[in-house]
Amino acid sequence: MNPIDFLLSPLAYDFFVRALVASALVGVACAVIGSFVVLKGMSFIGDAVSHAAFPGIVIAYMLGLPIILGGAVASIVTALGIGALTRRSGLRSDSIIGVLFAGMFALGVALFSSIPNYVGDLFHFLFGDVLGISVSDLLALSLLVLILLLVVRVLWKELLFATFDPLGAGAAGLPVRRLDDLLLILIAVTIVISLQAVGIVLVVAMITTPAATAQMLVQRFGKMISTAALIGVVSAVAGLYLSYALDLASGAAIVLVETTLFLLVLFVTSLRGHRAA
Amino acid sequence: MTTTTSAVITTLAISVKGVTAGYGERAAISEVNLDLTSGSLTAIFGPNGGGKSTLLKCIAGLMQPWSGAIEVLGSPVGVHATRVAYVPQAEQVDWRFPVSVDEVVAMGRTPRIGPLGRIGVADRAAIDEALERVEMSNLASRQIGELSGGQRRRVFIARALAAEPEIYLLDEPVTGVDPVTQEKIMNILDAEAARGRTVIATTHDLACAAQRFHDVVALAGRVVVHGAAQLVLDREVLEKTYGGHLVPLAGGGVVLLDDPHHQHGAHEGHE
Repeated sequence: MNPIDFLLSPLAYDFFVRALVASALVGVACAVIGSFVVLKGMSFIGDAVSHAAFPGIVIAYMLGLPIILGGAVASIVTALGIGALTRRSGLRSDSIIGVLFAGMFALGVALFSSIPNYVGDLFHFLFGDVLGISVSDLLALSLLVLILLLVVRVLWKELLFATFDPLGAGAAGLPVRRLDDLLLILIAVTIVISLQAVGIVLVVAMITTPAATAQMLVQRFGKMISTAALIGVVSAVAGLYLSYALDLASGAAIVLVETTLFLLVLFVTSLRGHRAA
Repeated sequence: MTTTTSAVITTLAISVKGVTAGYGERAAISEVNLDLTSGSLTAIFGPNGGGKSTLLKCIAGLMQPWSGAIEVLGSPVGVHATRVAYVPQAEQVDWRFPVSVDEVVAMGRTPRIGPLGRIGVADRAAIDEALERVEMSNLASRQIGELSGGQRRRVFIARALAAEPEIYLLDEPVTGVDPVTQEKIMNILDAEAARGRTVIATTHDLACAAQRFHDVVALAGRVVVHGAAQLVLDREVLEKTYGGHLVPLAGGGVVLLDDPHHQHGAHEGHE
C-alpha cells in the first residue's frame, strides 16, 4: 500500500474521522492547560485528579447518569479539595495529593468490584476508547474545549502573572487564590474531556509531555503553548494512524508518540547544550 | 533637609498596629507597631527569622496577621492593592520560566489593564520608561534566565516602576548584587521617595541601610527601634537586634556575623 492510500483509507470510516477530530481537540486542550501545569510543577496534581474521576464515573454508571458528569464532579471536588486541604492542614501538598489520589482511586476500584457483571464501558475509561466516540460526545467535547480556550484567552495576562509570580500578583491585587482554583477546575475539565481519548491512567502524559517538550524548544510562554498544541495534535494524529495500522490501543499509541518526541527533543537539545539554566 | 522646608506634605502611608503573624505554630513577629509616612525610604533589618519578610508580606496582603490591624493608604490591606508593588526575593522566582524581560515588566500593568484588555499607549510608555530607568531597554527581548543577578533584580524593579504605585515593598532588593547595580537601584528608589512614594525594603546590608535610606526599622520578632538611618551603626541597637551574633573587637567596635542567605528550614525559606 502506498503512503497516500495508507493515510486516506481509514478516513473512509466515520468513526476514525470522529476519533481524529476528538484526539486533536484533546491534544490542544491538554497542551494549553499542560503548559500552566508544567510551569507550576503540578503534574502530580494532574495524575491525582484523573484517578479521582474513577469513583465518580462508577457512581454515575450505577445511578444511570451520564458518566462524564460523574467524572467531572469527582475530579473538580478532588482538585479543589487538594487546594483547600493543603492550605488548612499545614502538610505539604504532595502528601495531600498522595492521600487523595490513592483514596479516591481505591473508592473507584471498590465500587467497580461491587458491580456484579463485568462492564466493558467502564474499562474503557481506564485506558481510553477514542475510536468508540459518538457524534454527541464529540459535540460535547468540542464545546468544552472551546469554553476552556475562551477562559484562558480572557484571563491570559492574569493567569500568566499569577503563575509566574504569585506573590507579586497577589500584592498587586490579583485574586491569586481564585485563579489557582480556576486553574484546578480547568485541569479537572481537561482531564474529563480527555478520558475517552486516553483514559484515566494515561491522561497525565497528554497534559505533561507536550508542554514539557515545548518548554525545551522555546523561551516564550505564548510560543510554548502553541508549540505544545502542535505537538499534541501531531501526536494525536500519528498515534491514531499507528493504532490503526498496528492494531494498538489508541490512547497508548498517542502517548508513546508524545514520549518519543519528548526523548528526541531532550536528546537534541542536550547535544546542543544551550539550555543551561 | 529639614521637615519644615520639605515641599512634600507627609501623610500616613502605612500603619501597622499590634500585629502578630507567623507560620504554623511559630510567631515570626509579635505586637509590631509601625507608622510610615509617604515619601519615606525605610530599610528593615534584623537577623534571619526576625520577621522582615513576614512583616513585608503582611503589609502586601500576602499573609493574614493572627492579630492586630494594618492600614495602607488609609484603608485595610487589599483595598488599594493596585497602588502597591511588591518585589519578591530573587530565590522565589523561577528563572527558567519562559518569559522575556519585556513581558515581566508588562506584568506591572496587568492589574490596571484588567481581563481581555490589551497593552495601550499609556501602558507601553510606562513599560518603556521603566526599562529605560533600569537601563534594560537593550535586553528587553531576552529570556529572564539569560540575565546576570544584577540584571534580574533590575527587571523586577522595572516591573514595580511600570505599575506606578504609591508604595514599594521590596524583599531584599540589593542582596547579592554588585555595587554598581546596588547604586543604580538605590538611586531609583531615592528618586521615587523624593516624588512622595513610600519605599520599604528589607536588607542585610547595614552599610547600604545607613548610607542610602532615610529611616531604619530594626526587627527581631518585635520592633527594636524605628528611627534615623544612622541607628544601624549604634552598638546598643545592634546588640539588641542581633544578640549573640555580634563579636566585640579590641578597639571597641563590633563585628556582625550574619548570613545573608536564608536558612531553608521547615518554612521553605520564609522568615
